[in-house]
Amino acid sequence: MERPGARDAGRGAGRERSRLSGFLAALRKDLLLQWRTRAQFVAVFVFGATALLLFSFAIGPDAAALRQHSAGFLWLGLLLSSTLALADSFESEVQHRALEGLLLLPADPRALYYGKALANVLQLTVLGVGLVPVIVVLYDAFTARIPALLAIIVLGAAGLSAPGTLYSAMTAQMRARNTLLPLLLFPLVVPALLAAVKSTSLLILGDPMGQLTSWVALLVAFDAVYWSLCGLVFERVVED
Amino acid sequence: MGNSRWPFVTAGLGLALLVWGSVWGLFYAPREVYMGDVQRIMYVHVPTAWNAMLVLTFAFACAVLSLLRGGWGWDARLEAAVEGGVVLSALLCTQGSIWARPTWGVWWDWDPRLTTTAVLLFAFAGILALRGFVDDPVKRAVWTAVAVVIAYVDVPLVYFSVRWWNSLHQLQSTPETVSRAFHWPLRINAFGVLFLMIGLVELRARLAWQRRAAESAPPLPSGVAVATGRL
Repeated sequence: MERPGARDAGRGAGRERSRLSGFLAALRKDLLLQWRTRAQFVAVFVFGATALLLFSFAIGPDAAALRQHSAGFLWLGLLLSSTLALADSFESEVQHRALEGLLLLPADPRALYYGKALANVLQLTVLGVGLVPVIVVLYDAFTARIPALLAIIVLGAAGLSAPGTLYSAMTAQMRARNTLLPLLLFPLVVPALLAAVKSTSLLILGDPMGQLTSWVALLVAFDAVYWSLCGLVFERVVED
Repeated sequence: MGNSRWPFVTAGLGLALLVWGSVWGLFYAPREVYMGDVQRIMYVHVPTAWNAMLVLTFAFACAVLSLLRGGWGWDARLEAAVEGGVVLSALLCTQGSIWARPTWGVWWDWDPRLTTTAVLLFAFAGILALRGFVDDPVKRAVWTAVAVVIAYVDVPLVYFSVRWWNSLHQLQSTPETVSRAFHWPLRINAFGVLFLMIGLVELRARLAWQRRAAESAPPLPSGVAVATGRL
């Protein structure tokens, strides 16, 4: 005879499988969209590199000062570029009213959110990694700890992407979307930006006091809070 | 939402207390030994800080209740509380700058509390802007509530990140950390700002309620004098 809990456990596992397949389908869709609009990604990268070039004019031709501020410039460049990339992430869904179709599918809206947010993390990570050689050339900001730098870029990109994807879902449906997304996102990501800048700076300039772990922990905490919270409220944001 | 007179009475009481506490603090409380007369700004600065946090916490509670229970009442209170929080945070930054110039020698310092207040000010001002751009009242209510929850959760993260980054601010002032001679004006003003804020938030919530009701009012029958607004 079947135990009473076994059927519930089976249903639960089935629901988890369906959620996972929904998430993978959403991720695949968004990565495919990003690949097909890669010319736009190149434009966003050029925008970020131009911003890095302009930051040096604000400081002046002082090589030591430029190197000291290079981590801040990298993350500001990435933050400014991210608003362009994130603003586009819901654009196609809204333009062709595809969001309504996606929400009508028998898939968990959270799977849609996490698929898009993860696709944005990958895009911002590629953008961040692409901007690193620019700061090496312009500011002589080199670090041999490449895996650690990559991990910080991934964590920082995740910090920008979690609230950025949620706000993008709101602002894509509004007028003045290009103004509102940075207005909402910039104050919110201050802790992630601060932690990412300090961690990257410690990698480039050295970490004699051993502060890197604390800053990375703060970045992880920010990511954990916003990846859980934004996933939880996404359904309310897109419901009609 | 009711239309009783209690918010007017509360705001009036708050204003009277604020005048009383400020006159006491400015003219009758003793002069502080090290900072001199500059310290007297504490009588409005500290109550503003306490009440700014209180009204933003109230906004967070309204946002959670609006998301969980729905209903226009919580949305109207949310709009009022966010506006109150933005006004108090702006006042707090201004008073802090006025105090910082003669005390620290700079208008601004990247101290955790000051920076957290500035970040909160911009975050909640952004939410008000978001509210202004959404035409659908249901989406406006849900999105504002979501944005407030997200921004409020950020407060401890901003505070601790800036605290690790830099710190100069003196310990926060409470009746326990200041001399007994300064207690009464500080307490009177704290209740003054509190009552004033409660009254104003309730009145602003009623206004938000009426605006939303007017937005979704049924179409008028022909022959009604629209210009007078009377049916």
